[in-house]
Amino acid sequence: MSTDLKPLDAPTPRVQGSSVRMGDRVFTNLTRLAGIFVLVLMAAIGAFLVWKAIPAFRDNTGNFFTTQEWFPDASPPFFGIAALAFGTAISSVVAMVIAVPVAIGTALFIGFYASRRIATSLGFIIDVLAAVPSIIYGLWGLQVLMLHMDGITKWLNDYLGFIPLFRNEIGIYTKSIFIASVVLAIMILPTISALSREVFLQVPRSHREASLALGATRWEMIRMAVIPFGRPGVISATMLGLGRALGETIAVALILSAAFEINWHITEPSGNTFAANIALKWNEAGPIGLSALIASGLILFIITLVVNMIARAIIAKHKEFSGANG
Amino acid sequence: MKIARSTKVAAFAAAGALALVGCSSDSGSSSESPAAGGGQIGGADCATGTIKASGSSAQKNAMTEWINAYQTACEGATIEYSPSGSSAGRADFINNQVAFAGSDSAMEGDELKQAAARCNAAPPINIPMVGGAIALTYNLEGVDNLVLTPEVSAKIFNNEITSWNDPAIAAANPEVTLPDAPIAQFHRSDGSGTTDNFTQWLKAAAPDAWPYEPGSDWAAKGGQGAKGSDGVASSVKSTPNSIGYVELSFVETQGLKAASVDNGGGAVAPSAETATAGLASAKVTPNADAGKGDLTMEIDYTVQDPSAYPVLLLTYEIACESGNAADTLDLTKSFLTYTASSEGQGILSGIGYVPLPSELNTQVSTSVSSLS
Repeated sequence: MSTDLKPLDAPTPRVQGSSVRMGDRVFTNLTRLAGIFVLVLMAAIGAFLVWKAIPAFRDNTGNFFTTQEWFPDASPPFFGIAALAFGTAISSVVAMVIAVPVAIGTALFIGFYASRRIATSLGFIIDVLAAVPSIIYGLWGLQVLMLHMDGITKWLNDYLGFIPLFRNEIGIYTKSIFIASVVLAIMILPTISALSREVFLQVPRSHREASLALGATRWEMIRMAVIPFGRPGVISATMLGLGRALGETIAVALILSAAFEINWHITEPSGNTFAANIALKWNEAGPIGLSALIASGLILFIITLVVNMIARAIIAKHKEFSGANG
Repeated sequence: MKIARSTKVAAFAAAGALALVGCSSDSGSSSESPAAGGGQIGGADCATGTIKASGSSAQKNAMTEWINAYQTACEGATIEYSPSGSSAGRADFINNQVAFAGSDSAMEGDELKQAAARCNAAPPINIPMVGGAIALTYNLEGVDNLVLTPEVSAKIFNNEITSWNDPAIAAANPEVTLPDAPIAQFHRSDGSGTTDNFTQWLKAAAPDAWPYEPGSDWAAKGGQGAKGSDGVASSVKSTPNSIGYVELSFVETQGLKAASVDNGGGAVAPSAETATAGLASAKVTPNADAGKGDLTMEIDYTVQDPSAYPVLLLTYEIACESGNAADTLDLTKSFLTYTASSEGQGILSGIGYVPLPSELNTQVSTSVSSLS
């Protein structure tokens, strides 16, 4: 990470004489301190989670990774994160599948098709969407969206039911992972869309004008000049959205049925996620229960870390594009 | 709702102010020193100061009403109750962060030993204070007086009975036409004392049909989870052919239907009266590890009295029997004396709770008066 920062240091201020100005030295140290502080903070959070999770790992009589039950306060404690990991992953993936195309489409429309006035107001509305608290999305999902989703989930079951994912064997379509995913998709859409829009706006005018001058249509210009340039930015926007989807708590806790089972039929009432489970179980958890919840939080922490590292790696790999703006 | 409630509190407080001598409830220019003896509420001398308490969210509404009434009658008293959950409340009590804790289950075992450290080495006591009934609420068009037995309830909540016209349900409801519809079963997705007490009833009254250990986390497979009693209540309300379990107050405030329960002695509808009758069969089983005045209760979930509702909830206050901190003792004792008084218990049935049976109430008052 520190190597990334190097180029910024490079143009040392040109001063008369040999000494560096006092202000520069102070500022350099302040920024360095801020950087170190963030690292220390992360390490402290990690250490706290590990420390608090130890009793749960020690006393668990189930397999922490494969057990699909959650009875940490029973004697003996018996619990595992299999259902949580599955629910977190599948709800986030389905949310991404829904949100990413829409978000990129919106960003392209705002950037290249809409008139200036529409672009401004649409951009504003998307920013407002990002500011809506998640409890509002949760309540809306529970009390409005869920009551109107029967049509689409039944259609999925009737026509795509041969795919296990969409099959519904109980005939009840509420409180499902699919509904939670739709709400998650709406929640992460503004994040992805706003960042993608910014990235697309960074495409050098010269690139766009060159492709148009060569006779490209607008769609061809977007395909050949804008998207290749914006790809790493869009990927990192997507990863940020994924991070939010993985960690979203209260909206998911309200919607999901919170069952401890791996159920591939995503339109059936089922599913649970790391964050939702912590929110639901925290209040009445005993000592081992709290420790077990923190242990599951540790896993979520690691997953989020890995996702972000992958995003960073992708961006670093495509570094040649960023900076072409100069 | 909120307006109605605060009006009720105001009316109650006003009545209290009129009935009791020397109450300086809303004289803004009181020149008295804010010492004890400034007023009375429910036979308790007002105390002043600030205490914190935390714990059971099932007690939340009762505590809100009690605290409002107490603070209105007793100037200079501030009581804060944070409904953070029973386990969190007990942990706060052990860590000496609160003067007393509310809990859906009595403190026992190691927790009592840990808590003794903050009570000057004397173990604390469990004081039952707020009773409740758990209603089996259902949404079934055309059916207004559903009767369920423990076996049928256990099988419905364990997904063994999945259709409303199952012969087992029909047998308990001979005069009712039940629809040929799948049962949408709702339970709590969050950890909850309500789930704990509900499953204790299922386990005690229908041991063959309910294979799971009672606990605050829902153990059975199938059905749908909803967050909080309000979540279960609104899910049942918006889902035809559904059933769930909630505290009685939610049935009343949300306009839901509640099934009568037949434990073997005849069908009993849930109400404050039938639940108080049910609580009367609960036995005091003092915990030898707790203080002398401990009133840990054992509810008889198998009671077969045709006037006693069996699906019950009893929540406790946990306090130091002796060794209370000097700055919290007076207010803790005075407040709990009020909540255990006939006036304190009297407001419970109006807000969906169940007053303690009179015999137990006397024991509770005695235990509270021994706090030191």
